[in-house]
Amino acid sequence: MSIAPAVPSADAQLPATRRDIAPLLLVPALMLAMLPLVGSWSTWVTLTVAGLAMGMMIFIMASGLTLVFGLMNVINFGHGAFIAVGAFSATLVLLPLRGWLAMDSLILNLGVLALAIVVAMLVTALLGWAFERLLIQPVYGQHLKQILVTMGGMILAEQLIHVVWGAGTIAVPLPTALRGAFLLGDAAIDKYRLVAVAVGLVVFVAMYLILNRTKVGLLVRAGVEHGEMVEALGYRIRRLFVLVFAAGAGLAGLGGVMWGLYKETLTAAMGGEIMVMLFIVIIIGGLGSVGGCFIGALLMALVANYTGFLAPGIALVSGIVLMISVLLWRPAGLYATGRG
Amino acid sequence: MLAPDPATRQPLLRLTGVHTHIGGYHILHGVDLQVAHGELAVLLGRNGAGKTTTLRTIMGLWRASSGSIHFDGADITNLATSAIARAGIAYVPENMAVFSDLTVRENLVLAARDGPLDTARVDWLCGFFPALRTFWHRPAGNLSGGQKQMVAIARAIVEPRKLLLVDEPTKGLAPAIVHSLMAAFRELKAQGATILLVEQNVHVVRALGDTASVMDGGRVVHAGPMALLAGDAALQQRLLGLSLDTQP
Repeated sequence: MSIAPAVPSADAQLPATRRDIAPLLLVPALMLAMLPLVGSWSTWVTLTVAGLAMGMMIFIMASGLTLVFGLMNVINFGHGAFIAVGAFSATLVLLPLRGWLAMDSLILNLGVLALAIVVAMLVTALLGWAFERLLIQPVYGQHLKQILVTMGGMILAEQLIHVVWGAGTIAVPLPTALRGAFLLGDAAIDKYRLVAVAVGLVVFVAMYLILNRTKVGLLVRAGVEHGEMVEALGYRIRRLFVLVFAAGAGLAGLGGVMWGLYKETLTAAMGGEIMVMLFIVIIIGGLGSVGGCFIGALLMALVANYTGFLAPGIALVSGIVLMISVLLWRPAGLYATGRG
Repeated sequence: MLAPDPATRQPLLRLTGVHTHIGGYHILHGVDLQVAHGELAVLLGRNGAGKTTTLRTIMGLWRASSGSIHFDGADITNLATSAIARAGIAYVPENMAVFSDLTVRENLVLAARDGPLDTARVDWLCGFFPALRTFWHRPAGNLSGGQKQMVAIARAIVEPRKLLLVDEPTKGLAPAIVHSLMAAFRELKAQGATILLVEQNVHVVRALGDTASVMDGGRVVHAGPMALLAGDAALQQRLLGLSLDTQP
């Protein structure tokens, strides 16, 4: 038997793998196409940055949802509960420390915000773990029951929020250092929106690295496509399910905090209200694809912002129109996974 | 290397009266099957005879509703699939189930659950399947059917396992690829690996099998040395509806 060298050598001689970059180009193409339509440079910058910030927050909230669907084949209509619970859990830190948030100290402000995020993610990850154990596990493989059970779970979570935090809305203070805007020429760019963009990018890069550079990430990606085969290789995929579900819930909690601070008002229904948008995003991206979810979220938010400015009358249906357009082009979404 | 007489070997795998139901369908009707240490056992039968169901039941992917499955002296009938795999059984399903989004390397890394890839073993695998090296950093989904089959088999044996279950590895493949696969199985066999092979290609069956078990209607209706089946045209015709001499 011939023994080949350990380091692959023929790779460089092969034709390059065709990378699917068309979806990646959609976002810059859309932004550039809108510049002449918007007309004003400063307005375009403001709309674009606002769209990117909103898109990043949507991505953070939707990324867990797409992973849960892709890996576990679970349609979780209760994902919104994690968003709302995350936002409300953050008030456990934000409200008692509102004095520190009011101080003009970037470090103190960010420290409080980071603590609030950690608390929110821990609470929602724990809630996600319980959600998976109690509600999802009995209905694996039964989509209709999943829809009913997870919607029930979300109603229950909303009522629990009413019980714990009261029925009214809660105002959350935006940290002083993150209020206001930078001026870029005539364009005003909200500081908080830049923070949202930065957090979204960090989450995306972290997820990319985990999914592509770690064995757990490989397992998740493999499990999205052939969960049964992952099990046959000797891995307990149910444990992976729980881990991913809890992580997805934690991300939703983070998104909830970001979204709540963006709105500066929390309601128990805030998660449920955004669920339709999240489902549109994960369908556009390709069910189970984190990269597709990222692009889908940016597209969704940018289209909503541009349409709101250019044609407010159709802004409400812009997401649906976007989804239909993408699905006509790629019926399984921008990046179809094996589960697709 | 001469294979020892199957009759003198100890069974590594033993199925006793295994019944399997899938949904409302009763697929396996009391399967009795033994695979001895170091043996390449072939499972034959017409389509729908229950061969794939038998492999999936051994792996725990479908539960045996009654009967028992013993592997290496332990009862694995009710173990989880992951535990069965960790007991030392590797599985190559009929659809190959390579992870198409992962590169060839990542497919193997995932299968090497006991640690990093063993370079020497990877070299050994690439000796059989040079395509692995050629497409090492390419997504497995971009490979041809034969190359995917190579990845699937390499994935199953990237670390030594006690038993290899392979479901129709040559199905739909070009003759050249089939010869590569046969060479790989011969080498594995020569090294003492134990293999349970579901196969329809009678040329492969005759060339590789130590023993042959024939399934029909969810039962094993014949079990014995391959030479016995290969030498009895009437038996072949009765059990399989064909002759093992009919194909090159």
